[in-house]
Amino acid sequence: MMLSVAFDVRELSVYYGKKIGVKNVNLQIYRNKVTAIIGPSGCGKSTLLRSLNRLVELIDGVRIEGEVIFDGRNIYEKDVDPVKLRRRIGMVFQQPNPFPKSIFDNVAYGPRVHGIIDKERLKEIVEESLKRAALWEEVKDRLHESALKLSGGQQQRLCIARAIATNPEVILFDEPTSALDPIASSKIEDLIVELKKNYTVVIVTHSIQQAARISDYTAFMYMGELIEYGETAQIFERPKKELTERYITGRFG
Amino acid sequence: MKFEDLNDKLFAILALFATIFGVFVLAVLISYTFYEALFWLDWQFLTSPPSRFPERAGIYPSLVGSIMAIALVGIFAVPLGVGAAIYLEEYSKKNCIARFIEINISNLAAVPSIVYGLLGLGLFVSTLHLKPGIVLVGSLTLTLLVLPIIIVASQEALRAVPKSLRENSFALGATKWQTIRSVVLPSALPGITTGVILALSRAIGETAPLIMIGAATTIFTPPKSIFSTYSPMPMQIFMWTDMPKEEFLHGLAPAGVITLLAVMLSMNALAVYLRNRYERKLKG
Repeated sequence: MMLSVAFDVRELSVYYGKKIGVKNVNLQIYRNKVTAIIGPSGCGKSTLLRSLNRLVELIDGVRIEGEVIFDGRNIYEKDVDPVKLRRRIGMVFQQPNPFPKSIFDNVAYGPRVHGIIDKERLKEIVEESLKRAALWEEVKDRLHESALKLSGGQQQRLCIARAIATNPEVILFDEPTSALDPIASSKIEDLIVELKKNYTVVIVTHSIQQAARISDYTAFMYMGELIEYGETAQIFERPKKELTERYITGRFG
Repeated sequence: MKFEDLNDKLFAILALFATIFGVFVLAVLISYTFYEALFWLDWQFLTSPPSRFPERAGIYPSLVGSIMAIALVGIFAVPLGVGAAIYLEEYSKKNCIARFIEINISNLAAVPSIVYGLLGLGLFVSTLHLKPGIVLVGSLTLTLLVLPIIIVASQEALRAVPKSLRENSFALGATKWQTIRSVVLPSALPGITTGVILALSRAIGETAPLIMIGAATTIFTPPKSIFSTYSPMPMQIFMWTDMPKEEFLHGLAPAGVITLLAVMLSMNALAVYLRNRYERKLKG
């Protein structure tokens, strides 16, 4: 099977003031695969993830060098509108953080800000997204209740449904299970594996086991640098770098 | 008993005493005012104009005037204050100019109200040639007075909205304005409401700046429009304390105070009710 490239990251560096967040990273992320980014806290994995949808720019004083090619274009070119870009790249964060609105309004938020107002169409999108996020059966009778009433695991699946609802090509996950209990986490993991049929998935995780379980490709970062990148099986069974081996065997980090 | 324990107990007793002192003074003040007002506070008092004869005197024109003025202050001050807070918190770059503006807004909240009266007189009466003492000028002056309170409270409410909610909204492809309108403002609304309640309560009790802009001490008909002269309730009450007959000081003035308190408290109660209902809707 031919691999097609979703993101081509070229010589990407991200600076916060004088501090370096990401240092000269080159990386190709493949379509319809799950790519995990692992590494110790503060290694720049979250920064790298956030440079893929330009969310990193929200931080004051950030400076970005290099290119991220998505769909044939460098997303950091002047005439690329980050708002339009983010409509094609969904994101799920560490804390399950639904908006303080109803379940329905949470999922419909993306489509609404993109200008869909037809009620029937919105209902279809909400149902479809909740089904894909494996939450529909649990919430179909209380769509108009507040989303904050759901359990943590349900809230996180709601956030996934909310990301799916904008019909993105890519979904970025920033440590999506670190605030959840093991059962809720395993549901999210199953869901992520399911999602790669339709989406390109990039996930930042500090659980090495999680990366091994669900990803096809793994990138290991350390102190802002990409140390090693390859198929997950290769990274975990035959790491080329000593640093990688030490990290995945739990000897530091 | 150890020294620390003793110290702890002593401090607790001192703190308790301070609390009791405050509550006690307030209780005496309110009950005494109530006691004096009791005989005078009736429907006739609420619906009649002032008069030389205590038994015929009422607060109606001032009541209408004060409510009109406060409604106008709300209309002017809320959009201006919340708008300024949104600009400062969400749009302006966090540089030294922004910090300078912010510090000065906080300082303005502490400026004595009489200074706002002078500003109102200079700006609206002398410069813009509005008639002194009319509802509009009073409201505009009070708006200047309460703006800093609303701005500071709204800024704090906006700052308390978790960053993650904003990030989420941006990640879904919302623009800045969409994010502010549909995520940030609704989450900040309870805090903003609290600030608005405080500000309007302050405005309805103000007297000094209104003396400066020439509000009447007594009027006999309620203002017909925002361009009519009015007499805010505190000024009418002050007027009564200075009348020759005993009943004015020990009957009508307390009745006026209770009316003023009642208006203020019902304003607050309404806002708190709306806020709680809204919060319930948010949290479910």
